[in-house]
Amino acid sequence: MTEAEQAESGAVTAPAVELHAVHKSFTARRGTVVALADVDLTIERGEFVSLIGPSGCGKSTLLRVIADLLQPSGGEVQVNGKPARRARLDQDYGIAFQQAGLLDWRTVQANIELPLELHGVDRAERHARAEELIELVGLTEFARHRPPQLSGGMQQRVAIARALAESPALLLMDEPFGALDEMTRERMQNELVRIAGETGAAVVFVTHSIPEAVFLSDRVVVMSARPGRIVNVVPIGLGARTDDTREAPGFYAAITQVREALRGLPVPQTVEVGVSVENALRNSAEGAL
Amino acid sequence: MRVRTGRWAGRAVLVAIALAALGAIWEVYKDWGPTDGVKLFGERILPRTTAAAMPHLADIWHAFGKPEIGGAISFGSTNTVLDSVVDAGVHTLRWAAVGFAIGVVVGMLLALLMNRLAVFERALMPYVVLSQTVPLIALAPLVAKWGQGWSFWDRWMSVSVIAAYLAFFPVAVGMARGLSSPSAVHADYFRCSAAGWWQTLVRLKLPSSVPFLIPSLRLAAAGAVVGTIVAEISTGLPDGVGKLILDYSQQATGDPSRLYAAVIGAAVLGLAAAAAVTVVDLALWRYHRGATSR
Ligand SMILES: Nc1ncnc2c1ncn2[C@@H]1O[C@H](COP(=O)(O)OP(=O)(O)OP(=O)(O)O)[C@@H](O)[C@H]1O
Ligand SMILES: [Mg+2]
Repeated sequence: MTEAEQAESGAVTAPAVELHAVHKSFTARRGTVVALADVDLTIERGEFVSLIGPSGCGKSTLLRVIADLLQPSGGEVQVNGKPARRARLDQDYGIAFQQAGLLDWRTVQANIELPLELHGVDRAERHARAEELIELVGLTEFARHRPPQLSGGMQQRVAIARALAESPALLLMDEPFGALDEMTRERMQNELVRIAGETGAAVVFVTHSIPEAVFLSDRVVVMSARPGRIVNVVPIGLGARTDDTREAPGFYAAITQVREALRGLPVPQTVEVGVSVENALRNSAEGAL
Repeated sequence: MRVRTGRWAGRAVLVAIALAALGAIWEVYKDWGPTDGVKLFGERILPRTTAAAMPHLADIWHAFGKPEIGGAISFGSTNTVLDSVVDAGVHTLRWAAVGFAIGVVVGMLLALLMNRLAVFERALMPYVVLSQTVPLIALAPLVAKWGQGWSFWDRWMSVSVIAAYLAFFPVAVGMARGLSSPSAVHADYFRCSAAGWWQTLVRLKLPSSVPFLIPSLRLAAAGAVVGTIVAEISTGLPDGVGKLILDYSQQATGDPSRLYAAVIGAAVLGLAAAAAVTVVDLALWRYHRGATSR
């Protein structure tokens, strides 16, 4: 292996996301909000990681920093072994938001082809790829429909297909199933697990649902608010997911674990004092034992 | 597509009903209203109902068929008033179309410029708004004078420029709003896709601006016709509807129905121009908000 090839393979085996001491603050008219403080996180290739935490704890901010939609105020962000901006320009990730964000004047097929069109993929190849993806998300009959004719869940599937169009090594998803009913949501989760498995993409998935995070993820990252930081990372060892996973004892155990991690958060500043007093008491009690 | 035709037929019926109602009100007031009009606090708010002020609709209708008396405009003895109005309308429409085209191009360019850089928006928008507060009557002779300096300049060009002056405004404002209408999620998506300014413009901003652009174009079309007629009158350009109105109003003492015939001709031109935009509207149905038919 030549040195160049080694460097190449080095880049290929770099983690999907590497965050070092990432800090982000917003300066509003009424002072500064620290949205992210001291975030360290490494997401391996093909790994599925969920971000969970109370509203306003900086999950979306973190995702947007990875996507290079926001500049961090401090720290280092590497995506696929490159600076975030380079990775965005190289289309190293696909992204889906809470709103599908499709273009209403384009058919489902044309919406999925959009990223390929933007990056100069020729027509025949675009068509072939879009057809493949439409089948993957189960919308073959709706290829010629326009988004306003589709249900919210179907639109979201189109958005996911669009995010997958360029076979990115990384998928960024911000509450993509937030607006769906429970049944559709579970079906979409099954599909997402399957798609992530088939494409080998790493996924960073923001959610408010503990069962969703547990079902989907290899690791659940628990965050706390003001300042937003990572307080716990819960590994989920459930093996291959099927519908039965949702009823497995391990599933409930993992949910409990994440819930406790979330509950143990020193959320508001005033409570934090109380909690630390409690911890001090517990520690001294343990010491006494 | 059937739903679409149905909607258009429905709209046509509504327009016909509205016109008939207007005509009925006119006739009823003419026959039953006070001869000296209606006054409020000494100001006449409804017109006199004399034949000189308000001819019967039938008289106006007949006026179209009357032979054109020689004088101001001579088309030969066999021409009727209708011929004069149509002929003048064709001239006016042509000048208005040139003005409309210039106005649309200028308005779009301004909107693009303002969208490209926020600085331009802050710098230009006040002037765009200010431009419309200048009275057209004052502006027209000025534009006509500027033109006289150039050898290639024809008098009708001044008229088209003035029409453009009215037409560019709604386009600039509507398009500026339209270009900034895409939601944050769309803008974010295009940024994540590393789309450049041009790609974002062509694939996102222009399509999103269509629902804003269509009403603007309609206003611009009607404005171009109004601007043309006003400019014809104030620069004294012959052959158009403006000149016709001027001539008929001077002969109107005997027969006001001719004047009304010319005014109706002008109104029809404005409507026709606005309706022509409908063709563009139909061609761009795909970009309407929430368009669902295929
Ligand atoms: N553009 C911005 N300007 C100012 N403050 C911002 C901005 N974006 C986010 N914030 C602040 O940063 C903090 C984190 O916001 P963020 O949207 O990342 O939260 P979140 O965890 O995604 O919340 P949710 O679960 O409700 O979506 C919040 O306090 C928010 O007010
Ligand atoms: Mg959020």
